[in-house]
Amino acid sequence: MIFNRHAVWAIYKFELARFRRTVWTSLITPVITTTLYFIVFGSAIGSRMQEVGTVPYGAFIVPGLMLLTMLTESISNASFGIYMPKWSGTIYELLSAPISAFETVLAYVGAAATKSVILGIVILATANLFVDIDIVHPLWMLLFMVLLAVTFCLFGFIIGIWAKSFEQLQIIPLLVVMPLTFLGGAFYSIDMLPAAWRTATLFNPIVYLMSGFRWSFFGKGDVSVELSLMAMFGFLTLCLAIVWWIFRTGYRLKS
Amino acid sequence: MSVLSISGLSKTYAGGFTALKSVDLEIRKGEIFALLGPNGAGKTTLISIVCGIVTPTAGTVIADGHHIQRDYRAARMKIGLVPQELHTDAFETVWATVNLSRGMFGRAPDPALIERILKDLSLWEKRNSKILELSGGMKRRVMIAKALSHEPEILFLDEPTAGVDVELRRDMWNLVRGLRERGVTIILTTHYIEEAEEMADRVGVINKGELILVEDKAALMKKLGRKTLTLNLTEPLAALPPELGEWSLKLKADGNEIEYEFDANAERTGVPSLLRRMSDIGLGFKDLNTEQSSLEDIFVGLVTERQEARS
Repeated sequence: MIFNRHAVWAIYKFELARFRRTVWTSLITPVITTTLYFIVFGSAIGSRMQEVGTVPYGAFIVPGLMLLTMLTESISNASFGIYMPKWSGTIYELLSAPISAFETVLAYVGAAATKSVILGIVILATANLFVDIDIVHPLWMLLFMVLLAVTFCLFGFIIGIWAKSFEQLQIIPLLVVMPLTFLGGAFYSIDMLPAAWRTATLFNPIVYLMSGFRWSFFGKGDVSVELSLMAMFGFLTLCLAIVWWIFRTGYRLKS
Repeated sequence: MSVLSISGLSKTYAGGFTALKSVDLEIRKGEIFALLGPNGAGKTTLISIVCGIVTPTAGTVIADGHHIQRDYRAARMKIGLVPQELHTDAFETVWATVNLSRGMFGRAPDPALIERILKDLSLWEKRNSKILELSGGMKRRVMIAKALSHEPEILFLDEPTAGVDVELRRDMWNLVRGLRERGVTIILTTHYIEEAEEMADRVGVINKGELILVEDKAALMKKLGRKTLTLNLTEPLAALPPELGEWSLKLKADGNEIEYEFDANAERTGVPSLLRRMSDIGLGFKDLNTEQSSLEDIFVGLVTERQEARS
């Protein structure tokens, strides 16, 4: 057997079944959150905001909202997916099954990334109810969505293996990713910041992801799209390298 | 014909604890092999290495002709494991979790087979129940169903009847016999002598990471069948009377007790004739009791024998 497709498909289906069981809370939560953001940022604050470039503020924040939810959900879903078998002890079955590291990652990260992309589309559809959105590069937008979902699901997978408790599972998404996303231009252009802050913000990797994603919507971003793609592939490569090391050494998986 | 070949298998954990010391073991195709040993002897480590959960420090394992590391896919597809602990997906249904197991081991979905396994294990009525709703015994059955779902040829049962009631234990014994009839090789670890006695063809004893012996059950049962009769005498003796010379007796407790070790499985134990002879020579006793060696005693005895044989 070169590729254990039955295993990949079985894990993928099993993980997605969890999403289906909680489909209403999984989908209604982002819909409500998006609606609240539009009430606050779109109507209450947005009406006093100028256009950002040539883009109305309501439309401007759509990529930011999608990115914010997709990053947190990607990390949360992927980390939970691999942490649960560790926590319940059923990881023994994964370790004793004829499944390679690549297949394991493909199944878990694939399932988590699928959920994230679905959520991203739901948010986009909800936002479309409030503002008109013309996507300049729709294929690039889809590519960015998939890349972002896969990359941050890999990051979540790493956190799930590293974590020894539910508390640790939450630390990085809450204390690192969420603040960096808010400060990474999710709701503003970094051009709106004072020069010193703008320079400081360029050290935030989320800025590059945000900028590239926004470029796919409006045709322009805070940094060049090439730089955004380099940052995204750089982070993806780093995550892949760490996952490869985890399976090679059995870090927190095997004795 | 050997279906599992273990040679020079050693494991030293990162903390420095050596759990296995160069274990060699051949498991015959189609047999039930009972691996006995006290807690911490290395039974679970041995099983975990064969199943791929723990990485060995040294040694090789060949499962049905496949190296467990170099040819891990083919090797693992042959092996099923029922671990000691009840590790389950609490929020999933029995049906979902057993089908997941089959898929993970590279097998195409086969609802008819899963139905048969669940029926054999009296789980069919519970197939749509979440595992957290099941009793401990039912969860144990789910673990077995998961292990059988990919039709393994070698099945490891790690303490399968620990903490289960008598009825379930009997059911499991019947299940194991049924699997053996279908040609499955079974390796089980247990603390229960009667379990090994009831089911095993051969028995291995492991202690402190060393495989002390591997014997046919009949030979080991003979050792396990030793009992000790203690007679509390009415009057103490200075020495054993010559009339009792044909029994190998020991005088103990300052001459107040006579101890006689005998084979409980033998046709003639020598106990009735000893009591008659004592009565004939007027040697009275006020109390008696018999004791069978515990498993721990037997382990200690075997270890001592081993050490003496070495020296």
